[in-house]
Amino acid sequence: MTNPWVAFVLVPMIKIVVILGTVVLATAYMSFFERRLVGFLQIRLGPNRVGWFGVLQPIADALKLFAKEDIVPSRVEKIVYLSGPVLIIVPSLVVFSVIPFGPPTTLFGLLPEPIAPFVTDINISVLFVMGVSSFGIYGIILGGWASNNKFSLMGGLRSAAQLISYEVPMGFAVVAVLLMAGSLSLVDIIEAQRQAHVWFVFPGIVAFFIYFVCGIAETNRNPFDLPEAEAELVGGFHTEYSGMKFAFYFLAEYANMILISSMATVLFFGGWLRPFPSWGWLSFLDVVPPFLWFVAKVAGFLYCYIWFRGTFPRVRFDQLMALGWKVFIPVSLANLMVIGAVIVLLGGGR
Amino acid sequence: MSQDLYLLSSLPDSEEMEVSFGPQHPATHGVLRVMVRLDGERILDAKPIIGYLHRGTEKLFETMHFNGCIPHTDRLDYTTAAANNQAFVGAVERLMGVTIPPRAAWIRMMLAEMQRLASHIIWLATHALDIGAMSPFFYTFQERESILDLFEEYCGARLTLNAMRVGGQPFDLPEGWLGRLRAFVDQLPARIAEWERLLTGNRIWKQRTVGVGVISAADAINWGLTGPPLRGSGVRWDVRKALPYDGYDEVEFEVPIGQNGDTYDRYLVRMEEMRQSLRILRQCLDRLPDGPVMAKVPKVLKPPKGEVYHSVEGPKGELGFYLVSDGSTQPYRLHVRPSSFINLQSLPELVRGGLVADLVAIIGTLDIVLGEIDR
Repeated sequence: MTNPWVAFVLVPMIKIVVILGTVVLATAYMSFFERRLVGFLQIRLGPNRVGWFGVLQPIADALKLFAKEDIVPSRVEKIVYLSGPVLIIVPSLVVFSVIPFGPPTTLFGLLPEPIAPFVTDINISVLFVMGVSSFGIYGIILGGWASNNKFSLMGGLRSAAQLISYEVPMGFAVVAVLLMAGSLSLVDIIEAQRQAHVWFVFPGIVAFFIYFVCGIAETNRNPFDLPEAEAELVGGFHTEYSGMKFAFYFLAEYANMILISSMATVLFFGGWLRPFPSWGWLSFLDVVPPFLWFVAKVAGFLYCYIWFRGTFPRVRFDQLMALGWKVFIPVSLANLMVIGAVIVLLGGGR
Repeated sequence: MSQDLYLLSSLPDSEEMEVSFGPQHPATHGVLRVMVRLDGERILDAKPIIGYLHRGTEKLFETMHFNGCIPHTDRLDYTTAAANNQAFVGAVERLMGVTIPPRAAWIRMMLAEMQRLASHIIWLATHALDIGAMSPFFYTFQERESILDLFEEYCGARLTLNAMRVGGQPFDLPEGWLGRLRAFVDQLPARIAEWERLLTGNRIWKQRTVGVGVISAADAINWGLTGPPLRGSGVRWDVRKALPYDGYDEVEFEVPIGQNGDTYDRYLVRMEEMRQSLRILRQCLDRLPDGPVMAKVPKVLKPPKGEVYHSVEGPKGELGFYLVSDGSTQPYRLHVRPSSFINLQSLPELVRGGLVADLVAIIGTLDIVLGEIDR
């Protein structure tokens, strides 16, 4: 790979296309699995008509949404209204550029030299992910406001308050991992877990719990799905959106779920590492490619998302705020102090 | 900029927002419309607006002969057709002085209790769905289906039963029906326990219902509440006990009451009422008397001149019919005392000071059906 055009243009372009395609497809299929799984939890079938067991359902849905008339209600603030879906979908797809899906691989010997299966590894990946994914909130607030619908406005305001409140404890939970790993790069965090011979979920169980619950709140999923609470706000911020504009909101929500699950996997569950990476007698597990370990862990978290949706009622807005400010922020701060103290006592702290 | 002016001009005050909930809203259980004044998420005032389902039923009654009215009572509260039938034919029978055979009375009691179960099941399903728990909806509707199947076997209809006549029951029970009812009665307690496992101890469920929509016993009486909303406040009033009809004085059952008068207590009361209904059904199955199901009544019903009020304990509260007869074959005037309509009156009182999310919880806990409110 001496030709710079190949190394710096062609290869990254191929990676971007492949990762973007995979994420969008995974997002679409996430909706399919959710409907089938919730159907299973609720003693009904779910979509099973299109294709074999309904596997072509997401494709059919996408085609349907593409073919829909592009409705712009007459009293909306047009520019803001139209930019809402863009503002939410772009950040939620961009963040996948730094998610490490696996270690450098030759694709079973197909490539002359190992190639990393992620777009890039920057040394501030964690900040990048948190910063860019928070940007998606603008899509919700502006979309809710521009719709000129009181229910949408309330949905947008709710989500603004919710995302701001839960960003803080989520950040503190991530800082706990950063203290343990000593790096902001996601690849380095996975490496640190290999060197520490333990996934960070074991020393950081509290941080993990806070991270995941805040993640559910960040993605507006049940039981924290207040911005789009169907029974109260009809559809919340996306009530006035239809066709592909609605599809973008929908895709962004699912992409964010995959993102939160991926981040939880990387930060707490060793990313692509097999379980107990230091136990030699478990080395037969290495038969499974690292990429699949990553996918399996992410799928586990996604299953939890759907499981919660099938189980819990929705909390109320003031209770959600109380939980965020009065419980999670103090607990995550205290957790941070404990972890910091332990690291200093053990002689760590690079 | 014009958008901003449009938004602002619709606000009475820059702090307050007036929102119209419904009549097409997923949580208003039909076509109820509530004008809500909001300060942020907090409800300052709520005003129910009704009339979107008005069909003039009470006027229609005056143009029909007495047995012809029965199918129209089905359509008042379409989730409690058996109770509506029972209240109406009871009123006519009381005016005519007809005593129905014991077997007919017990069959009515069974149908009414099955209807109570079916109605409470719909209430639980929609109430849980409003609060955001999606799955109980599907679990409960499976059981409701069994009740509707039994109804269908008895009278051919699942929702609008038209299953009672002045003077008794139109048909005796079909072969094997009692066995199938017993099988259902035997399996339902396990299901109710399952639903309670999902909700009763659930922290989120309790947060959303405990202390929400509180009404004191005195206020509940003053507002004229009946049924579970009244009993949830701790008033032990049940028409089945107070003014027994159709054999209710011969069966044993408890009238569950709550203490705090909040949404959670009303939930507990209804759950316990389902168990008590099963208890009544079990006694009916064991002790159903033999004999005819129809008393001797003339083909053309001509009640004497006079007026009468007869009420039953419907699943949603006291359901009464006030009948005035001028001695002809048609009612001179027939007024319905609907439980949902009167229970809904208390909505502004219950939601004031709550949050938007409480509004849907309280509409759910009042268990209203618009067909009965608008008539």
